[in-house]
Amino acid sequence: MQAASRLRGFMPGFASPTVGNRSLDRLLPWLLLPVFVISILPIARLAIEGVFVGGVPSADYIRDVLGSSTTWRATANSLYTAGLGTIISLLIGGAFAFLVALTDIRAKAVLVFCFMIPMMIPPQITALAWVQLTGPSSALLNALGMAPPMGSPQPFYSAEGIALLLGIQHASIVFLTLRANLRMLPREQIEAARLAGARGGRLWWQIILPLTSPGLIAGTAMAFVTALGNFGIPAMLGIPANYSTLPTLIYQKLAGFGPSVLGEVSVLAMLIGTIAILGVAVHHRLLGKRDYRLMGMVGRPLDIRLGARRTLVEAVLWTVLIAILVIPLMALVATALVPAFGVKLSLANYSFDAFYEVLFVQPSTIRAFHNSFMLSVGAAVTLVAVCLPLAYVIVRRPTRLTHMVNLLVEVPYALPGVVLAIACILLFIRIPVIDVSLYGTLAIIFVAYLARFLVIALRPVMNSFSQLDPALEEAAQACGAGLGRRLRDILLPLAAPSAAAGALLVFLTAFNELTVSALLWSAGNETLGVLIFNLDDSGDTVLASAVAVLVVLVVIALMSCFQLASRRLPKGVVPWQT
Amino acid sequence: MADINLSRITKSFGDYRAVNQVSLDIHDGEFVALLGPSGCGKTTLLRLLAGFEEPDQGVIALGGQAVADPANGVMINPEARNLGIVFQSYALWPHMSVARNVGYPLEVRGLGRAERDAKIAEALSIVALEPYADRSPTELSGGQRQRVALARCLVMEPRAVLLDEPLANLDVHLRETMQQAFLDFHRRTGATMIYVTHDQAEAMAMADRIAVMDKGRIRQVAAPETLYREPADHMVAGFVGAGAVLPIGDVSMRGTGRCSVRLGEAAIHARICHKAANNSDGQDLGLCLRPEDVWVDEAGTLRGSVEDCVYLGGRFRLQVRVDSDQILPVYATRRARIGETVGLVISDGWVFDRSEGEAA
Repeated sequence: MQAASRLRGFMPGFASPTVGNRSLDRLLPWLLLPVFVISILPIARLAIEGVFVGGVPSADYIRDVLGSSTTWRATANSLYTAGLGTIISLLIGGAFAFLVALTDIRAKAVLVFCFMIPMMIPPQITALAWVQLTGPSSALLNALGMAPPMGSPQPFYSAEGIALLLGIQHASIVFLTLRANLRMLPREQIEAARLAGARGGRLWWQIILPLTSPGLIAGTAMAFVTALGNFGIPAMLGIPANYSTLPTLIYQKLAGFGPSVLGEVSVLAMLIGTIAILGVAVHHRLLGKRDYRLMGMVGRPLDIRLGARRTLVEAVLWTVLIAILVIPLMALVATALVPAFGVKLSLANYSFDAFYEVLFVQPSTIRAFHNSFMLSVGAAVTLVAVCLPLAYVIVRRPTRLTHMVNLLVEVPYALPGVVLAIACILLFIRIPVIDVSLYGTLAIIFVAYLARFLVIALRPVMNSFSQLDPALEEAAQACGAGLGRRLRDILLPLAAPSAAAGALLVFLTAFNELTVSALLWSAGNETLGVLIFNLDDSGDTVLASAVAVLVVLVVIALMSCFQLASRRLPKGVVPWQT
Repeated sequence: MADINLSRITKSFGDYRAVNQVSLDIHDGEFVALLGPSGCGKTTLLRLLAGFEEPDQGVIALGGQAVADPANGVMINPEARNLGIVFQSYALWPHMSVARNVGYPLEVRGLGRAERDAKIAEALSIVALEPYADRSPTELSGGQRQRVALARCLVMEPRAVLLDEPLANLDVHLRETMQQAFLDFHRRTGATMIYVTHDQAEAMAMADRIAVMDKGRIRQVAAPETLYREPADHMVAGFVGAGAVLPIGDVSMRGTGRCSVRLGEAAIHARICHKAANNSDGQDLGLCLRPEDVWVDEAGTLRGSVEDCVYLGGRFRLQVRVDSDQILPVYATRRARIGETVGLVISDGWVFDRSEGEAA
């Protein structure tokens, strides 16, 4: 073999080396532009609305809003419910994550699956279910003869009720981020600490907790910001009790006074946005100081033996799950089955009329299912297509600009959905240059979804890129593969599982979304979230419960499909899968 | 043809100069090792050569053509340099089969299926992995993975193969086998190979020439035996080979390149480097002694006490304290008691200039 001469083969393309790849390199940053437009432009438009009165710059709105006691009461209420809710999330989600990830409890897969359901169920349905569970008109309690007397207050129409449900709703967020962190925790580091003599509480406080602090911090920040922006729960529980948080205050102002209060509302929106951004900034700052790169074999599960206490721990976990998931859902089902609201449910008089009504009589339910399905699939597919190259640019070509974009994409998600909705109305009611209005179409909801859920799709892909050994890409580069080829052949397949996970999350979140669409829907363009809220709001609680039960069934069915398919899917596609 | 020339390359990361004014010429078909302690800049130098980093100053030329020359705005992408690279982490793509991993460079170049398959088979046969073509790389052992990475370089017929500590993740037994595999590969293909390692034994066993690096500079470039027998300076003498470097002052010349050095009661006949020989005042001279040049002999005039005794299999290595602050490693055929006084005979040594000046 004349290998020596062979090896010196002439390489085509060597003479004019840089043109093709370099130009693609230069094109990549332009990807940031649409992201910038979709994430920032609506918010900027909203901010302008707040500081211009009749086209003239003015601080009138700001003065009015900040001078009003209503504003500060709602702010205090928001902080109180979100803060308390976050503590509850942290306690529930943290305990579940540590126990599931680190100990030898049994039936982990089922436990995790059930624990994820509250997150996937839309908040307004959660609220509806809990209200149906407690209070004098509870169908379930009435059927059991345990209902409090008529006229006694509904305990969930209170700040603590809101906080508790926010806590339950977002416990899975803490759980997911923390468990992802715990799964990267190599067994050796715990074992080394045990050999060094650490045991029991010392092991937890001095080794495990510090090592998992990035996950704890990230989970806490996400739970807080999400709780702050939550609309469904304070709307269903707070409005009847006359207890306003910032998102419900904004909704009530707009619903009551119409577009004339857009200026005031935009100031309120900026206020809550500022709080959310502060939360995110604190989180980034705290995380930035930590670099706990975990060394060692990853993937070997850690099984701290609980010994005799195992059965007790399992019993507690399942009791909590039943309390936060099974019982409220039973209450919801019971309400959906009563012949008329307030009637006592019994084995003799249950009826499926409500289901028949929403499925076959009212066209709006089918339409809402269809709309929500199209919107969420469309958003998931579009976002994943954008996020793969975007995540690459942010992770592998960091510049000041990408750093900024990395923070900015958080804004539409961190901001309450109501804020984003108002911003989208202002921007798209008449698109300047082409003079087209998106208002009153599904398109405006779609655009708002793209902005809002971008970060959900982006983060998993970014994580997977930053975990990839750069050598994998460099090896392809040395093989002669340009950027486009590397993205297609190497990075895309390797990031596909996380991209799919992101798409799945986007789909499930968008499918049940209420907050954004509550202000953007129009007749014929309802989403499922809007439908349930409107039915409940107009007193059709039984119909609302029926739709809610159907939505929960669809969500659980979808989750089960993913669960069943998870063995064939690459590792990491199903977010709750070990 | 595919000579590689590095000329006064400098690369800084922030304030840290990873590579400092490095010049190195590598001939076509040569096997050169870049050897040095961790953080010495050897990997950065390799990455500069591959094109993953852009130098701040200097010129990198492949086969006479500049591929990186910041002064003239030349920077050719790694994908256009046609250099093969083997990473410490193997960098095999887990979603592709072994055959597809190996054939990827050809796929990128748009070769036809048949031609590609023939070349893949040929490359896999060179690294003795034909039966594994359809496996996933994750099913292979570390040594097999590294051979796949090597085969992937081979099919692209590169101008040179760059290896970045390719054996660092393998166990000791496998390392020797893999060293042989690299050598066979080098002999069969005649490829220029540049091999980064911190393991001197690896470098000595394989390389035609070794460039010893420290703190971003090249201290010495020489054949392994030259490096071992005639280290250019203190750093090289201490880093390469198990030996002792003793500061000495009293040197008398004994003809060209030979001298006599006093150590304790003994006079040692040693070789002396050109620069040290011209160092008339005898300041900053060092004596490098290799353990195989020192014998335990009761007749020896140099006396010392045994500090340590380690069995290496077939022989013992003693650490013998001579004077008060100098310890010599010595090979011996019998075990010695700690604290025992022994006589030493020194048959050879190397005197060099210890001053941290310009290295060769």
